[in-house]
Amino acid sequence: MALFARRPVAPLEYTRKTWMRLWVGATLVFLYAPLLVLMVFSFNDSKRNVAWKGFTLKYYEKALNNDTLVEALVNSLTIAALATVVSVILGALAGVMLWRFRFPLKGAVEGVMSLPIIVPEICMGVAMLIFFAKVDWPTDLPWPLNLSAITIAHITFCFPFVAMVVRSRMASFNREQEEAAKDLGASEWATFRDILLPHMKPGLVAGALLAFTLSLDDFVITFFTSGPDTITFPVKVYSMVRFSVTPEVNAASTILILLTIALTAVALKLQGVKGIAETH
Amino acid sequence: MSEADPIIQIRGVTKRFGKHTAVDNVSLDIKSGEFFVLLGPSGCGKTTLLRMIAGFELPTEGQILIDGQDMAGIPPNKRPVNMVFQSYAVFPHMSVAENVGYGLKIAGVGRAERDERVREALQLVSLGGFEDRKPDQMSGGQRQRVALARSLVMRPKVLLLDEPLSALDAKLRAQMQFELSDLQDKVGITFVTVTHDQDEALSMASRIAVMNKGDIAQLASPSDLYEYPANRFVADFVGSVNVFEGKLTLDEPDRAAVECPGLGKVYLNHGVTGPHGADVWIALRPEKIYLHVPGEGKAIRAAGQDAPEDHNLARGVIKGMSYLGDITLYEIKLDNGAMIRVSRPNLSRHDQEHFTWDDRVSMHWRADSPVVLLG
Repeated sequence: MALFARRPVAPLEYTRKTWMRLWVGATLVFLYAPLLVLMVFSFNDSKRNVAWKGFTLKYYEKALNNDTLVEALVNSLTIAALATVVSVILGALAGVMLWRFRFPLKGAVEGVMSLPIIVPEICMGVAMLIFFAKVDWPTDLPWPLNLSAITIAHITFCFPFVAMVVRSRMASFNREQEEAAKDLGASEWATFRDILLPHMKPGLVAGALLAFTLSLDDFVITFFTSGPDTITFPVKVYSMVRFSVTPEVNAASTILILLTIALTAVALKLQGVKGIAETH
Repeated sequence: MSEADPIIQIRGVTKRFGKHTAVDNVSLDIKSGEFFVLLGPSGCGKTTLLRMIAGFELPTEGQILIDGQDMAGIPPNKRPVNMVFQSYAVFPHMSVAENVGYGLKIAGVGRAERDERVREALQLVSLGGFEDRKPDQMSGGQRQRVALARSLVMRPKVLLLDEPLSALDAKLRAQMQFELSDLQDKVGITFVTVTHDQDEALSMASRIAVMNKGDIAQLASPSDLYEYPANRFVADFVGSVNVFEGKLTLDEPDRAAVECPGLGKVYLNHGVTGPHGADVWIALRPEKIYLHVPGEGKAIRAAGQDAPEDHNLARGVIKGMSYLGDITLYEIKLDNGAMIRVSRPNLSRHDQEHFTWDDRVSMHWRADSPVVLLG
């Protein structure tokens, strides 16, 4: 009985209310059940993904031996890494600019910069396709230059997210800290390096995570901008699924999910979860 | 350089933000080793003036010299002054030692000397042993000490403090007022402080410049400022005061009289050197008025009266009272309708019981208590 003889639930203690717990539970099931099923069935010893036939790792072996699938995964990771680095630099600069300076047409600049976030992906994809065709962007370059068109397209829609995150992070910056650093003799650059950058860091990490995951799983824009011989992971999975959903697809997806979770965990570890939470 | 030489010379400095004039043609010398306070209501230009000394704002007109050197074109990071900011601006991602040592590190001071000077500076502000703390593990008062140490460790010629005590609670503020004065004595650095709090200014300053609308209303020592205010603004801003409009009817070297419609004839035992019949104002501090039950007056008058019979007397009815513990404040309606504020120290534990609402009282004040203001 000791379990039930607890102190009564206070009006604002929502986390101790049964209906709230049920609601949260239902949300979690809704969000994660499909992913869990996907992961579980990657170990299913059956060609078709309907009934559990026993545990096997053979589809992981098959996936890792599928050269085009591995190539697609490597391509995706390369694009994501490049796009993230460039987006973070561009986004940070844009974020600082929007936070720091007042200039004519600032509102317009801000609006135009967030366009890639609002414009439907399909339109972005078509626009990119037309653009790269118009400028006659070469498609037969050696790896990794053959990924340049996709990477550029990814940077275009990733960096505004970084800019937004960095800008909102900077809104909490106390300008007196900057003045204090200068007052103590620091140059403009030293002030940026020692004071602004440390404050910005959680925003940069959060922005990088956003950019990386956005780039990694982008299908539509990539589909339109990839050349005839370049393939990325989502595009490859799509083409595989067109034939049938085999556990191989599940295995490949599971690898990708685990990879993303691991990277996120590393980033959070580097930054401290508190810092990320402060950003929003 | 001798003690009396000005360390800061402000010459005809004006600062405009668009159409708004924040500082209006201010000239001012701050002496070396002085605890100088810029006092004024918000928006009077005191912070702008301080920021111009630090180099964060540039004067529209005029010149600022620090230690004889013109500061035009010299950025904040090259000026021989350091500032303690209102928000303290302690760097949150650095430990206390890193915060205090930051300026030295930028200046290229070696590790060993830096550690030594950081330790000394922290000791100076009673934060010895806090080297490895992070600012978020400290109280507001402690963070302020870090900001102080961070500036003092640079051994500046002038330390600028922007509303240094405004974020502290009342008890701590009173304590820090003493500590800041002490500290200034110890390090011998010129302090220039901005504040809107007159108590703070009076208790710490060696000299105070009261600012109003970008202009210096009066520059004086704390006691001169309080006892000899130059104008109505200063009289009213520094401390509490009763002001009555009147006409100067008698002005001789050793006595003067002002006829106030609100207060009657006010007699002074010194001359005021104003034109006869001029419009003047009488300023009378609440604590300089004696309060009696009617009739009792005669005896007290005999004890210390220096005005002629029937002068510097008033009668009225108590309309408001606030008991503040150490003193009690009375709002009294004079017989001719004007209101006057009187404060009375509670010298015994029953003093506040002598007077109460609607009591008729009489008042008198010494002939050297009222101040005649010409503007």
